[in-house]
Amino acid sequence: MADIRPSGYSKHRKKQTYTRRLGTRATPMQVLMSERIGGMGALIVIIAALPLLLANNYQYDVAITIGINAIVVVGLNLLIGYAGQISLGHAGFFALGAYASAILTARYGLHGALAMPLGALGVGLLAYIIARPILRLSGHYLAMATLGVGVIINIVISREAWLTGGPDGMYVPPLEVWGVELYGGPIWYWIVAAFLVLAVWISLNIIDSPVGRALRGLHGAEVAAEVAGVDTTRYKVMVFVISAVMASVAGSLAAHFSEFVTPEKASFFHSILFVTMVVFGGMASTFGAVVGAAVLTLLPQLLADFASYEHMILGLIMMAVMIFMPRGLVPTLTGLARRRGARR
Amino acid sequence: MPPAFVELLQFLFSGITSGAIYALVALGFALIYNASHVINFAQGEFVMLGGMITWLLLSHGIDLPLAIAGAVAATVVVGLALEKLAIEPVRDANVVTLIIITIGAGIFLRGLTSVTLGKDLHAVPAFSGNEPLELLGATIMPQSLWILGVTAAVVLALHLFFHFTILGKAILATSHNRLAARLMGVNVNFVLLLSFGLSALLGAVAGILIAPITATHFEVGIMLGLKGFAAAILGGLGSGLGAIVGGLLLGLIESLGAGYISSDYKDAMAFVVILGVLFLMPQGLFGKRGTERV
Repeated sequence: MADIRPSGYSKHRKKQTYTRRLGTRATPMQVLMSERIGGMGALIVIIAALPLLLANNYQYDVAITIGINAIVVVGLNLLIGYAGQISLGHAGFFALGAYASAILTARYGLHGALAMPLGALGVGLLAYIIARPILRLSGHYLAMATLGVGVIINIVISREAWLTGGPDGMYVPPLEVWGVELYGGPIWYWIVAAFLVLAVWISLNIIDSPVGRALRGLHGAEVAAEVAGVDTTRYKVMVFVISAVMASVAGSLAAHFSEFVTPEKASFFHSILFVTMVVFGGMASTFGAVVGAAVLTLLPQLLADFASYEHMILGLIMMAVMIFMPRGLVPTLTGLARRRGARR
Repeated sequence: MPPAFVELLQFLFSGITSGAIYALVALGFALIYNASHVINFAQGEFVMLGGMITWLLLSHGIDLPLAIAGAVAATVVVGLALEKLAIEPVRDANVVTLIIITIGAGIFLRGLTSVTLGKDLHAVPAFSGNEPLELLGATIMPQSLWILGVTAAVVLALHLFFHFTILGKAILATSHNRLAARLMGVNVNFVLLLSFGLSALLGAVAGILIAPITATHFEVGIMLGLKGFAAAILGGLGSGLGAIVGGLLLGLIESLGAGYISSDYKDAMAFVVILGVLFLMPQGLFGKRGTERV
């Protein structure tokens, strides 16, 4: 088969793999420090070791919530951090996944393991249909459109009480595997951990693939990328769909884990929280996304001691981090560490 | 009068009333956007503060006009502080960062209000009684007339301010070209500060006007802020005329939609229409069309 790629392109690729394989540049230390291998290893070690620190059900609950949020945020980070497209409506996709699982299992008696992919498929289709007109917009118009999608989903869920239970929410049957009900913190911890590792792995692979390069080009200069032959719309749509599906799966997990869903899951505030997690941890950093999800899920729990001052403090911390570390926690801290290392 | 006509008129009245409020909130968005390209997601909190502080002052036995003046002044101080402490230090940060800062500010202000003023729903008395007036068979509340009158006055005042004062022209110049304005001796930081103060003022006025109709609450700003943002986008971001038309349109769509289609989906109407408009006209109704320079 004739290679239709421009010669410069394939040469460039070859060179990259060459240095990587032979390790002329990358020392073992650098491989360990890289996001793909070192980061993935560190994440797995942390996830595997964390249960040693978890003493009770409440702590398991918090850890599981972190994992579920992290799955959404890893996907959203692809869209915001890499493709440079904002979405203020991802809680809508999260809630659709949750309600798809809830409704298909509770009302139609479907198996949970079947409801989850069906929900994800439905959300993926919806995202695919709305992605083209929505992603034609940019900046604040895009923010408005995605916000609108989220708000509409929220309102539909609250109003169609015959199906969704309305504002009071609805009960979700527990997930069952071979006749065994999956119930309790430890089991769910490992289920969510597996999905999180999968999400991070998918994300890192997308970033490291030609798609990832196209996305970075798109983020840097969309018109330039287009001129260079990158089908920007196609990649934007693709990432939008992937991030929506990840949110949907996380929603399904959340529904079965807590065995209850409410329209709150689709609220504007919830969407904002996801975006804040992305920016907080550091845009365009998959592990930043995980850290952002962890910090912002933990924070309200820690602030619960301050009772009514909780929101004030949360707002202040959000502002302070953005003012003093506009690039987010992880890039700022790794930047600091690198500079320290260089000085020595 | 045929009943169908009276019904329509009734919907139009309530639509224009809420539309005027949305227009005020949208103008606040447009002002700050023009001066800084920031979407201030704390705009709804200005609206909330206007209503809540008025209630607070009234409950301490202060007269209504004085309470209104106090609430507006206090909200303006909050707006100025927000700009000075949280926006100015990060002037050149990217859009998402700025959005999150203003969202954080909104959460902070809501938290502060719920801690100091409580989480209850508070009623504020109408400015001139609750005796409904009859007009062509339909009824209209005196408060609605206040809303329309004050909104018209505010819009007129803004128009005069922007076209006949040096300060107003400085803001316009900055919104057109920040660098050029600076080179012409415009103090752009002051313009930015001023635009936050003015936006807070508009928000507070909207909040005070609507408080007698909907009552006030520490979370009342969330939906009003979103609708105001929707109105600003509908008209085309940064366009003053667009904000007003967008606000009124949104109010009418909502009230007609709730009246003739489904009152359950009143809040969704606005967003469905917005999506439709954006799909067909990505720059809103009056937004700047044009090619992007690379």
